[in-house]
Formats: sequence, C-alpha cells, structure tokens
Amino acid sequence: MKIVMAHGSGGNATRELIKDLFHKYLANDYLDKMEDSAILPVSKYPLAMTTDSFVVTPLEFPGGNIGKLAVCGTVNDLWMAGAEPQYLTAGFILEEGLEIDLLDRVVASLSKTAKEAGIKIVAGDTKVVQGNGGLYINTAGLGFRKSGKQIGTDAIRKGDALIVSGDLGNHHACIMSQRMEIANSIQSDCENLGPMVDALLQAGVEVRAMRDITRGGLGTVLNEIAEASNHAIEIEEKSIPVDPEVKSFCDILGLDPLYMANEGKFLCITAQEHSDQALEILKQNRLGTNARLIGSVAETGRPLVTVKTRLGGKRIIDVLYGEGLPRIC
Amino acid sequence: MNLDHIRKELAGDHQELKIMEVCGTHTSSIFKNGIRSLLSPKIRLISGPGCPVCVTPASYIDKAIEWAMTPNCVLLTFGDMMKVPGSEKSLSEAKADGAKVEIMYSPQEALKKAAANPELTYVIACVGFETTIPSYALVIQQMERSGLTNIRFLTALRRVMPALDFICATDNEISAFIAPGHVSTILGSQAYAGLAEQYMKPFAVAGFEGEHILIAIYDLVKQVENHKHEVHNLYPSVVKPEGNAIALTYISDYFEAGPAFWRGIGVIEDSGLYLNQKYRQYDAGSTDLVGDAQKSTNCRCGEVILGKINPDECPMFGKACTPAKAQGPCMVSSEGTCGIWFRFTRK
Repeated sequence: MKIVMAHGSGGNATRELIKDLFHKYLANDYLDKMEDSAILPVSKYPLAMTTDSFVVTPLEFPGGNIGKLAVCGTVNDLWMAGAEPQYLTAGFILEEGLEIDLLDRVVASLSKTAKEAGIKIVAGDTKVVQGNGGLYINTAGLGFRKSGKQIGTDAIRKGDALIVSGDLGNHHACIMSQRMEIANSIQSDCENLGPMVDALLQAGVEVRAMRDITRGGLGTVLNEIAEASNHAIEIEEKSIPVDPEVKSFCDILGLDPLYMANEGKFLCITAQEHSDQALEILKQNRLGTNARLIGSVAETGRPLVTVKTRLGGKRIIDVLYGEGLPRIC
Repeated sequence: MNLDHIRKELAGDHQELKIMEVCGTHTSSIFKNGIRSLLSPKIRLISGPGCPVCVTPASYIDKAIEWAMTPNCVLLTFGDMMKVPGSEKSLSEAKADGAKVEIMYSPQEALKKAAANPELTYVIACVGFETTIPSYALVIQQMERSGLTNIRFLTALRRVMPALDFICATDNEISAFIAPGHVSTILGSQAYAGLAEQYMKPFAVAGFEGEHILIAIYDLVKQVENHKHEVHNLYPSVVKPEGNAIALTYISDYFEAGPAFWRGIGVIEDSGLYLNQKYRQYDAGSTDLVGDAQKSTNCRCGEVILGKINPDECPMFGKACTPAKAQGPCMVSSEGTCGIWFRFTRK
C-alpha cells in the first residue's frame, strides 16, 4: 500500500491513516484529546525550546531511520542547553507514493526513541504532497533546565578543556555510502545523547558549553564557538577520534571527517580541572567509550581555530564552505 | 632517514627553489598537514593545474546547461562542477531556473537511470584526468552490452603530460615537480622520465599522507641541490613504473587525443581526450568546444594554475571571489588552489 493524495484530504482516508498507523504508536493522554493545541503543565524551571526538520535520504539506513533521527536530533538540541527534554511535536510531510509499511516502521521507531528518551509526543500533523515517495519530518521540542546551571558560550573561559564524545563522521559516511551504493559496515551514530549529558550534570562536572556535532561537523562547531565566545581554540589533530573504516572512506573520496555530520556526538567544554572527571564519565557510557580530550580554549579576543597537525605543522580550521562532496579525481 | 631529520633539514637554510605540486589533492594535503609551516621560506610550493574542475572552460558549462535545458534530456554531473561559472551562469544557477541537472557519485549511475527511463537522454558531464577516464569507457562498454542508446558524453577530459610539457617549456622558474599520485597510478612513474631528461627537472611521485609529501619535498630539494633530475617513485605500493595496463588499454580503445582548451591557459595540443570515431555517435558536442566563452574579469586563475602567482595576489581573492560566489573555477572545487588557500590561509 502506498500513500495517495487522499491520505492528506482531511477526510476518511486521513482519519484511517491516523487511527491505524499514527495512533497505534503515538497514543498518549495529550495526543488522544485531539484538540487543536496541547495544554501543558508549567514548570518552575527555565524552559528550553527548539525545532528541527529532517529530510534525509535514504529514509532508512544502517543504525537508524528518519523517525529515530527526528527524535534524537531535537532531544539532543535540548540536552545541549542543559535542558531535560519533556515534550515533542511531530509534523509529517508525506509524498504521494510513499510505502505505508515504510511509514509504519518510521513512526514505530520515532515512538520507541521518544519513549526511551523520556519525551512525550503532545501534538502532531500530517500532510500529503505530490512527489516521489519521500518523507519529511519536523519536530519541535520543549525541555526544562533543572540543573540551574548557565550552560552556553558566554560561560567559556580561557584554559577550558574541549572534549568530543566519540568517533567523528559515521553518520555522514553511512548516508553517503548508502547513496553511492558502496558496501561497507559503517553505521550511523544516530543516538540520544541524554544519558551522557545527564551523567555529567548529575556528577557536578563544571560544564561550560555543549554542542552536538551535526551538519558542518566539528570544524564548523568549533568556529561557531570561537566566534560566539570570542576566544581562540587550539586542538591537536592526533587526538581527534575517527573510526578507521570512516577514515578510509574519506581518504578515497577526498572528504574530511572534521566537516562531516554526526547525529550522536557532542563537543563538551569543561573547566580544565574537571576534564578528567568528564572524560571518565563519558567513557563509562557505551556511546562515549572513544571520548577524547582534543584541545583547549586559548587566547581571549581572537576567534580563530587552529590545529596542530600530526606532522607538527599548524593550520587554521575554517567553517565548511558549500557542501562536502566527493571529488572528481 | 627519519622524519625528525627531514623536518629539521627542510626548515634549515636552502637555496631559493620552487616546487610545483601538480595535483589538487596534494595541494589540499599540504595545507591540511600544515606543511608550509614546516618549510624554510626559501622553499616555495606552487600549486599546479591538477584540478580538472579548475581547467574546464566556461563554454563547456554553457554547453552542459544547453543540454540540461533541452526537453527530455537530463545532465548528470559530479557535485563539484555545480558552481563552476559558465559565461552567464553556473549549473547550480541553471538548475534553479529549471534545468534538469542531477548530481552523480559515479558515472555508472547513468546506466541504471537510462534503463529505467528510456524516454529520456542522459548526458554525462565527463570531466577529469586519466584517473577517471577509464570509468567513462566502462559505461560505454556496458551501454553497448545492454543495448542502451540513451546516454551521451560531454567530455572535457584532459591529459596531464601535455600540460606538464607546456609548463616546463614556458616556465623555467619551477625547480622540481611532485608528480600527481592518482594520475601516476594509471600512467606509471616512468611516464615522467622524458620530461625530466628534456627539461632537466626532477620529479617525485608521492602519496597523499603528510609524511609522503614531506619525504617527496626532501627528495626534490636534495636532487636540485645535487644537480640531479631523476624520476623517483616514492609511492611504489600503489604506483608501478609501467602504470596500469588495463586502464591504459581502456583509454586507448575508446578515446583519441586532440587539442583542448584549458581555462586560463588556452589551447594545448593533444591535451584533450575525445571519444574515438568508433564511439563518436555517443558524443554530445565535445569536439566543438575548442575555445572559451568566459567574460572578461579580473580573475587570474590562469596564472594561479601555472604557478606564476599565489591566489592571494589576485585582486578578487577573498573579496569578489569566495567559495560562496566563485568568480573563477579555482575557487569552486575542494581541490582548487584558490579554494584551498581561502579555507586554510584566510584571517
């Protein structure tokens, strides 16, 4: 069975799609009211709000699918502000011709990931557009910063330590391998970063700022942080963790793991004296076994990111310009 | 000879010398590894014409857009061609105007698409040096085997050796060459012996790791200082003296050499490869593209790829010309000299 335009008409076909598929996985007290808005309890903690849209192809990939991605992406954005995720909305744009079985798997995965992340899906929407069997999801998330800590680039100080939570580039390399039909065992790292961040906050680690390393990769994230905090950043190339299979893939295609997207990795900036403790906590989590200290915050007033190369040379790391595409030769 | 010794030697005092790395991937690796920061200021590294995107003329882009705008035609291209400026617009801009352009990751994709959509003609934008040329030959071979007739080839394929000969013949300032690694896997290290002898320039074939390049520079510095001009294969695990016989056979079976226009340089005899007569029916008008249609600008990409100036000596560099709005092709590709300089030396 495939999605047809009638599934977006608002009539009987829409009702059946919602009842037979979305309700099967997403039912809860908020959503079941079927009101135009969800009424949510107010918290005494500061509110964090974020939204993101997910347009990945292929829709299913080793290590996840667009449903899992849509939850992880938004949940991770909340955690990066030190906020515990609470509520999620999910808007689905379905293209005519989409296999309903595939949609079923995506919604099942979205529901499972949301439950595991402890976030409730409180509102949703479905539209059908002409197209070629594609699927897009927009999610918005609300969370509360219960730790009371001010986490953000304002808090960054000279001498702070930079830690990445694991190998870089797996999601990007996985998606690209699928598109190029290159057989390998690279899996997407699409995961909820919550347990790792929560462990750091619970342990009282002096976390200054966090960023999940998504589009643009670590290179772009480091530049954003340097600019926002007005500090120079220095990292060591030999400390940057990259899976050997991803490295080979990048070498062949002329891609740089520094600029490749991840969906389950984050950069954590801590006070230098807390860096060992932070590393230890991250390494105890299955997603953080390869966490590394990669460098430190240097000079104030100069937002420049530099790397000491393996050969002992020094170079600038700039933001990603354009799209990271394989080279011709 | 350990790496520490090589580093120390290269940072020490030397005579003035210019080493050209012909290949864009070498340029990229040199910057990524911070190799320039390890060398004596007297050892200058010059980036050569080894990025196929950079040397593709505007007239080629215009022709590709013409095909993409033709009813029932789809143009297939590698991603890094999308932003190369044509005389009026780039493929990316043409796509926004409705041209049918699809990014491919491999020319083989054309076979599946052509089989699935027999009512469409797929025109492959074939750009590249010897390394990629056999893959286009394979598409023709498989096309013929499967009876497909709806694929055409718009070629801007270039041979490295005539370009090197051109540089050697017109520029005496280059002291030595790091020979292109990927192209050498096809041509073989001995391909450079004639040029080394004729122009008395040393060549070193190098891999792409920072260590490989550092060793190649050291080798070339020593050769220059000892008045030698030999070809040294420092990438023997991948590059054989005789090259790759199968790939060379594919090239000679399907293609023939002819004059070709190199953007910023002009026509170099025998430097282009075109489908030979047996397969010419699949050509999409490539042989007519002997000149260029580039509008007059201050772009000095031609001098950049000949190693006459550094990118930051161009008045447009980093101002009117950036990767986001490239005026010249060298700023477009990840392997283009200006783009690499912009990413790694700006600020």
